[in-house]
Amino acid sequence: MAAPVFKNPVIRWIDHRLPIFSYLHHEAYEYPTPKNLSYWWNFGSLAGVMLMVMIATGLILAMQYTPHVDHAFNSVERIMRDVNYGWLLRYIHMNGASMFFIVVYIHIFRGLYYGSYKAPRELLWQLGVVIYLLMMATAFMGYVLPWGQMSFWGATVITNLFSAIPWVGDSIVTLLWGGFSVDNPTLNRLFVLHFLLPFVILAVVVLHIGALHRFGSNNPLGIDTKGPQDTIPFHPYYTVKDMFGLGVFFIFFAFWVFWAPNALGHPDNYIPANPLSTPEHIVPEWYYLPFYAILRSIPDKLMGVIAMGASIVILFFLPWLDRSPVRSGTFRPVFKWFFWILVFDCVILMFCGKYAPEAYWTPFTFEIVDAATFTERYAALAGLSHEAALNAVGEMWGVNFASGTFGIKIVRLGQLATIYYFAYFLIILPLLSIFETPKQVPLSISKPVLGGGRAAAHAAAKPMEKA
Amino acid sequence: MSASRVILGLLTLLAGLAAVAIVIANPVAHSEVHAGHWSFKGFFGTYDQAQLKRGHQIYANVCAGCHSMDLLAYRDLQEIGYTEDEVKEIAAAVQVMDGPNDAGEMFERAGRPSDRFKAPFANEQAARAANNGALPPDLTLIAKSRAGVGFLGYEGADYIHSLMTGYEETPPEGVTLGEGLYYNHAFKGHQIAMPPPLVDSPEAPLAQQAEDIAAFMSWASETNLDDRHRMGIKAILFLVIFTLIAYAAKRKVWAHLH
Repeated sequence: MAAPVFKNPVIRWIDHRLPIFSYLHHEAYEYPTPKNLSYWWNFGSLAGVMLMVMIATGLILAMQYTPHVDHAFNSVERIMRDVNYGWLLRYIHMNGASMFFIVVYIHIFRGLYYGSYKAPRELLWQLGVVIYLLMMATAFMGYVLPWGQMSFWGATVITNLFSAIPWVGDSIVTLLWGGFSVDNPTLNRLFVLHFLLPFVILAVVVLHIGALHRFGSNNPLGIDTKGPQDTIPFHPYYTVKDMFGLGVFFIFFAFWVFWAPNALGHPDNYIPANPLSTPEHIVPEWYYLPFYAILRSIPDKLMGVIAMGASIVILFFLPWLDRSPVRSGTFRPVFKWFFWILVFDCVILMFCGKYAPEAYWTPFTFEIVDAATFTERYAALAGLSHEAALNAVGEMWGVNFASGTFGIKIVRLGQLATIYYFAYFLIILPLLSIFETPKQVPLSISKPVLGGGRAAAHAAAKPMEKA
Repeated sequence: MSASRVILGLLTLLAGLAAVAIVIANPVAHSEVHAGHWSFKGFFGTYDQAQLKRGHQIYANVCAGCHSMDLLAYRDLQEIGYTEDEVKEIAAAVQVMDGPNDAGEMFERAGRPSDRFKAPFANEQAARAANNGALPPDLTLIAKSRAGVGFLGYEGADYIHSLMTGYEETPPEGVTLGEGLYYNHAFKGHQIAMPPPLVDSPEAPLAQQAEDIAAFMSWASETNLDDRHRMGIKAILFLVIFTLIAYAAKRKVWAHLH
């Protein structure tokens, strides 16, 4: 890793006094990267690009936005109607938040599958969790700014969660609100923090990348790089690969921005905030739904808030909960299944977060029906009186295979999914570390390519990017 | 690619699609709303200016008696095909409050294209007092704020169309209407304070009027849709070419790797 010689004399002059160009050359050009990274490794850089997109569009939107309860809603509409390309900026920013979360969720699940959190990358993982927490806070505050009905009532619900804290809860909520209800001071402080936090995220991203470059990327085999034969320079190999991934992702992104800009939002947010009228259902944005489901799974408010917090805090301890020496899920035959159940479980939680807890899901007809309708149908099919049906449907299940009615109360489904979520981290992973027999792990990244046997023949027959 | 990787890939895709479906789909049965045929639907959809003009006339002659459209200015009407002079004429037909003048007094003057649509009532209380206690909502964003903005965002138009045609003179058996309420099967709860606003006539069938007003409301809530669709096509074309070039470059760069 010899210091590069720059042809441009100005760069040479600067670099001699402040070696930023050498640094960049070292970290972004020749930076040795495992040569077997799959496309799942594209999502880290995509997340970085999304952060830039959000900061750039957000900055320009902030120039036009007015953080005042009387003007916020109309100032956003003014951006949509009167500011040149304001609609484009707003729709990019609005859908960009969802895109950012999609990318980050894939990035996180990739880390979970390939054991990217294991030694020596524990701190790298934890910094990632910090970024994720900051993102959630930032996105929540951003959603409040248009000051529509969902903004206002979402802010009310979320800030009220802090009142669950014993003794000091109410004081904390008053402090957050800057008064005795969600009002202008609340909007002001949320705007200020929404502007600030992305730059805090940026700082933690720098630390995240710093920690990444200490040991380099994990890879689909989950084994350490053994030398130069296992690595390739970041540029041009991964810069060009990231560029291709970026193109594909932006096509996806553009679809939402140009043809379905409001599909991921809630229609009620196009009604100006009204403290005197509560929307029928207060639903958070899709990326919070799993946590909302966990919160609602527990009847006690304080315990619900603790469970919701714990569902993320638990990720900080993940490196010590999963003690299996094998990183990659590819070589863990049992882990693999539990991992995919976890993915499915999170989708179920999302589903539960979206619908009213007392509604029923009927898997055979794939419908969500409210409790009254469900009981009515049940009574009709089972030939019961209304009261008898009410009793039979009961608290937990409404199951009667004979009469063809099968429904699960959303809140119960959410509770089962919550149990699995925590069990995955607290029970399944620790036990798997003891009882699972992993498959034989390759000796080195280049081994399956250079060595003999079926694996080699298979790998050699395919272009490198698919290996 | 081995079989297990294909299966894993498919599983991921499925989970992702399920997630998207959950976010977008709304299997909860709501009131009866039927899908219309809108010119602004689809990748190349644009507003039909003649339809918007007809819709605007319905708004001005019927809806504007009770409903404001605060976010629209008269100048915006140029976007639906009125000429500058026509817009001036439309604006001048209303008297708006301005001031204070040099003497410190408020005065009335003829409207200008830069004025916002004049609201029928001075404030919420006046609106309620004139409407049996019910508040006629502002209509600028009504298409985006009602009945679910679905996958591609035309459910608002569907809803308005259904609401306009959803009145029934005699409510179904067992339904007792509240004082001053009307039965409408498209409205949530089926009892609405707004009397049937449109009148069916041979020259202008009710269904036609309902479509026109729904289209006008859609435009009012999303004035940039034509630009958006046009730019979207260009953006996608650019991105597809960019992505193909990036893919070719990637293949070329990686081809020499052993």
